[in-house]
Amino acid sequence: MKSPLLSVRDLTVRFMGERMVQALSGVNLELAPGETLGLLGESGSGKSVTLRTLLRLNPPKRTQVQGQLLVDGQDVLALQGDALARYRGGVVSMVFQEPGLAFDPVFTIGRQMTEMIRAHERVDQATARSRALQMLERVQIPQARKRMDAYPHELSGGMRQRAMIALALCCRPKLLLADEPTTALDATVQIQILLLLRELQRELGMAVIFVTHDIGAAVEISDRLAIMYAGRIVEQGAVADVISRPLHPYTQGLMASTVVTGMRGKPLAAIPGAPPDLTQLPTGCAFAPRCQGASDQCRQQVPAMGEARGHPVACWHPLV
Amino acid sequence: MPPYERLLIPMPPVTQLVRSPDRGGPVQPLLSVRNLVKHFPVRDGFLARTKRAVHAVDDVSFDVAKGETLGIVGESGCGKSTTARLIARLMLPDSGGLLFDGDGVDEFGGMSLQEYRRNLQMVFQDSFASLNPRMTMEDTISFGPREHGVGRQQARTRARALLDRVGLRPAQFAQRYPHELSGGQRQRVNIARALALEPRLLILDEAVAALDKSVQAQVLNLLQELKTEQGLTYIFISHDLHVVQYLCDRVMVMYLGQVVEVGPVAQIYSAARHPYTRALLSAVPSMDPARRTSKPPLSGDPPNPINPPSGCRFRDRCPHAEAVCASAAPLLHGQGNAAHLAACHMTMAGSGHSAAPALEIHV
Repeated sequence: MKSPLLSVRDLTVRFMGERMVQALSGVNLELAPGETLGLLGESGSGKSVTLRTLLRLNPPKRTQVQGQLLVDGQDVLALQGDALARYRGGVVSMVFQEPGLAFDPVFTIGRQMTEMIRAHERVDQATARSRALQMLERVQIPQARKRMDAYPHELSGGMRQRAMIALALCCRPKLLLADEPTTALDATVQIQILLLLRELQRELGMAVIFVTHDIGAAVEISDRLAIMYAGRIVEQGAVADVISRPLHPYTQGLMASTVVTGMRGKPLAAIPGAPPDLTQLPTGCAFAPRCQGASDQCRQQVPAMGEARGHPVACWHPLV
Repeated sequence: MPPYERLLIPMPPVTQLVRSPDRGGPVQPLLSVRNLVKHFPVRDGFLARTKRAVHAVDDVSFDVAKGETLGIVGESGCGKSTTARLIARLMLPDSGGLLFDGDGVDEFGGMSLQEYRRNLQMVFQDSFASLNPRMTMEDTISFGPREHGVGRQQARTRARALLDRVGLRPAQFAQRYPHELSGGQRQRVNIARALALEPRLLILDEAVAALDKSVQAQVLNLLQELKTEQGLTYIFISHDLHVVQYLCDRVMVMYLGQVVEVGPVAQIYSAARHPYTRALLSAVPSMDPARRTSKPPLSGDPPNPINPPSGCRFRDRCPHAEAVCASAAPLLHGQGNAAHLAACHMTMAGSGHSAAPALEIHV
């Protein structure tokens, strides 16, 4: 295997406050250059926290981070000052769920893009502007020259998300983090953005981590899938493997409770209960209280990431 | 009678709300929506003169049969939520009317608004925003029946029974406040509250959209059980086409404030007639990594509902648009199948579109 672009070792993130929230508990993850990983999970499973930790966006005073985080050979958790600023946007960049909130409403799209380019590279205004224009054309914004001088509110949702992607890609990052970039969009626009991301990923050869709760969107874009539950990765593997042969009971439950064609008339095999409270995680496997096949071992010991039928799974009793 | 005088007449005490009986028989639609129109004026320009209007709902008519689940689908801005709000009379239409089991709603000689609202309840997308943060679950559910004259004790007993029915143990949940519940539990309470008035029709406006998949499945199962148990009729508004296919008997597709296609779920999903319906269906991500989508079915965003295009509103995104599409608005028609209607010139005989079937002239 090529040397990984991203390597996460035992990443644990806690938010301190009145109550302590255990957002991530020992996440291990590797990503090769040019690979697309789909991070799939429900709300509160730690998908967004993983991305935010990668960019060090969590409030520093209240966040406790343990573990190791290497991106392109750099120790991300040790970055300070200018080095951190160069890393954010230069090496790793992020696209957010709500492009309307991610842009600054009082500056034009073009101004925000040129500012970003000039903050990272020593180029003059004209060069930066032409680079920004190129990027906007690259993400298939019609009349890009006109849109350069538009304010974020003047663009539609889909256009804003395209502009957001252009902004994120301005400085040719090696890793793009996409945090539910299509969730707020209509289905017809969602598929356009997914295909655009897939195309850009291939052309620019960057790695992508695509966070979503929508299995369909993850399948459309990812090479590999990692399933998260209550702050841990419970299963990962090639998309086809995970989808056709899920090993973790949670993954299987998620598939069974996702409505697809041909399920009409049959009751859905829903997972009972609700995801655990992150301030009071159960001692053993976090999924044990909702799991049909849970044993005493599950309730006492957290399962380590093992391997069954060719792909990693963290379960004492994988569904082989 | 003005409303304040109505308040002076003491309401007769009711011990229990009873579901209104069926009157028109099974063939009579439970709800007939007739030519609903709602335009929102946009104020702009000098001295805020009204110049333009958002055509949120433009001449929408449809029937909901007794005991069926009608799905309404479409992109944001197509008017599906406005339609729901107009039906629930949460806003007044500019024109158009409603017939509930044969009775005109809120019109002379028809059904009073109070009676109508008892027969029709709504569940909204945001489970938290639709609950009063200062009321316990028990109070929330019993509030409606008490307003309709049920005594405190009876309303409370009924609320507890309903909580139990939607899968929340009354001993544990009756005294809780909305912030002490998870999203799925709150949506169950919203459903219980809607059922407390013994309605015949339930409007579910994206009621499961905000829930996580594993919880969404639980609520979908609950909705189906309740429907068979109590003989309810649903209007289910959603953007999730998989869920609509799973739950609904008939589907209505809306685009820019108009109905473009309506028909039985199997026919819509296997043999859609309107190009927009086909595009919408093929925009659903494939669940099979070996068969990924390679080309987006539509380019661009849904257009602005302010000043929609002339003729067919879909024409500037439609790959089959011709001159006739700009000059005439297509009407809903059935091609010999009165259950499956579409509004497209391509399927209307003699419309002038090159793909339209030839007009048969009977002499």
